[in-house]
Amino acid sequence: MSQQVLSANRLNDGLVVYLVADDTWSEDIEVSEVAGDEGSVNALLTRATQAVSDQKIVDLYLIEVAVVGGEIRPTKYREFIRATGPSVRADLSKQNYVPGADA
Amino acid sequence: MYMYDEIDQSLVDERVIQFRDQVNRRMTGELSEDEFKPLRLMNGVYLQLHAYMLRVAIPYGTLSSEQMRKLAWIAKKYDRNYGHFTTRQNLQFNWPKLEDLPDILAELASVQMHALQTSGNCIRNVTADQFAGVAADEVVDPRIYAEIIRQWSTLHPEFTYLPRKFKIAVTGSEIDRAAVRFHDIGLIAKRNGAGELGFEVIIGGGLGRTPFVGPTIRDFLPERHLLSYLEAALRVYNQLGRRDNMYKARIKIQVHETGAETFTEMVEAEWAQIRDTAVDLAAGEKQRIADFFRPPRYRASADAEAQLRLQLRDDRNFARWVETNVAPHKVTGYRIANISLKPIGGIPGDASSEQMDAVAALADRFSFSEIRVTHEQNLVLPHVRADDLYALWQTLKSYDLDTPNLGEISDMIACPGMDYCALANARSIPVAQQISERFADLDRQHNIGELKLKISGCINACGHHHAGHIGILGVDRKGEEYYQITLGGSGAEDASVGDIVGPAFPYDKVVDAVETLVDTYLDIRTDGERFLDTYRRVGKTPFKEALYGTD
Repeated sequence: MSQQVLSANRLNDGLVVYLVADDTWSEDIEVSEVAGDEGSVNALLTRATQAVSDQKIVDLYLIEVAVVGGEIRPTKYREFIRATGPSVRADLSKQNYVPGADA
Repeated sequence: MYMYDEIDQSLVDERVIQFRDQVNRRMTGELSEDEFKPLRLMNGVYLQLHAYMLRVAIPYGTLSSEQMRKLAWIAKKYDRNYGHFTTRQNLQFNWPKLEDLPDILAELASVQMHALQTSGNCIRNVTADQFAGVAADEVVDPRIYAEIIRQWSTLHPEFTYLPRKFKIAVTGSEIDRAAVRFHDIGLIAKRNGAGELGFEVIIGGGLGRTPFVGPTIRDFLPERHLLSYLEAALRVYNQLGRRDNMYKARIKIQVHETGAETFTEMVEAEWAQIRDTAVDLAAGEKQRIADFFRPPRYRASADAEAQLRLQLRDDRNFARWVETNVAPHKVTGYRIANISLKPIGGIPGDASSEQMDAVAALADRFSFSEIRVTHEQNLVLPHVRADDLYALWQTLKSYDLDTPNLGEISDMIACPGMDYCALANARSIPVAQQISERFADLDRQHNIGELKLKISGCINACGHHHAGHIGILGVDRKGEEYYQITLGGSGAEDASVGDIVGPAFPYDKVVDAVETLVDTYLDIRTDGERFLDTYRRVGKTPFKEALYGTD
């Protein structure tokens, strides 16, 4: 089975987030929890249901990742863009964007 | 410009109150996402690839400077300092927070704006010729009728849950700048032999996965019957449209499957039942709406033209901009100034808050505070005095808004593609940017002449690729971005759907392929031929051979 992480959008601001081992949701895919077998994938989904009913997140789904040199990389380019930001606006990437700096 | 009356204003104000309550109920969990989603979509709020997206309606592409300033302010205060002008003359904000959206709608309502009819299976925000009211070639200002259609269609109870979305475009000119033949209904205002005003009615055009050039179902509909005829057509569609299959639910499929002739008979039969009822506006009400679109008080100076001639002679760069971006105005001494949102290497249709503010200030100074948005993702100042063009251009330069490329290869339509859109299969924007860079030499672009290049990142065709002289469609092939090229499409009065030229190209080869196509055209064109004309004369073969060889 391929490795997977659980992704969603945060309800209040819509930003892309990933489920972390401590049951928080992070904008940074690098800290997300990777599941490699059916049992752990199902466990991710079960743990996320609380966040859905707590109105924290919407639109959750699993994405396939590869862990290369300790880095978690989505295998699909679409998910890579979701994880990093628009490929055409480096200034808005998750690494570079500072909220409020453009206002 | 049209100004809201109490009914219009209370409608948008009430909508803000309702939506604020809906958002609150969503945040507290009283509404589930399934319950909330249709409510947010009715207010233009989508959940896209990175965040929520708000699509703001700009009815028939007309904006006041005050409204433009408000959009700039919203971008600055609530978003990431920019907006994206779309092929439906709307504006999209890419990063609004759900918790801010009620305030954003309230800000919009304060300047007579909203996000109604920008989503869902209703009659969408009506579009029109961006040169409405000022084009030298028009018979009537189409915005009068676009506004009448807006008032009729907004929250129309019978047409709120149609089989699928429904788009209407209106032009008052034979020169089609509004792609009317690619709309669910396209209307071309014209006069009959007796000099009476009416419309050619086109129905069932569209792009997307099944593109059709819409057939004319009525050559001349007297203007007084406009709404009853539209209502009849919508009724036939509403009753028979394919609600069972979303891919076959647009009216174009129904017209195609029924046959235009039979479909016309059905519309005419329905119309016969309602044509003399109260659906159509009384003359007085129509006049009241028309009065909002009276021309401003033009004050052309006697020596405006002479002064412009001198400036054109003295400044080659200015002369180039005027040649490509400035169009004739119906009033002597005035011009229509197109503002390109396609700087070389830029993102088509994007404008920063500073640029929006700058355009608003220029509209106040030079264009009776009026701005237009085009379906080709540019802006227009519709009433600029000939002798003001030079000062206008100088200010545009300082905001990177002076690119003299209107209608040329770098003036591309591109949808947001996979950089922003949840539906896209491939990116559009970086392909557009690379093509723009490749043809950055303005002399080269100018030598190529009119070339409409349009890029979509998926089959839904928001980037109008079927209607491009050169069209590019992004597809996903086993996780890789590939680009299929079509040739010979047109969204103008000579509308046609492009032909697929051959196998798709990978991301890193598509710009070379476009250059090969352009070079082939330059080799074989005859005097005065546009790319499209050459293609129509010689067909696909020489282009195909240039791309793929002769085997």
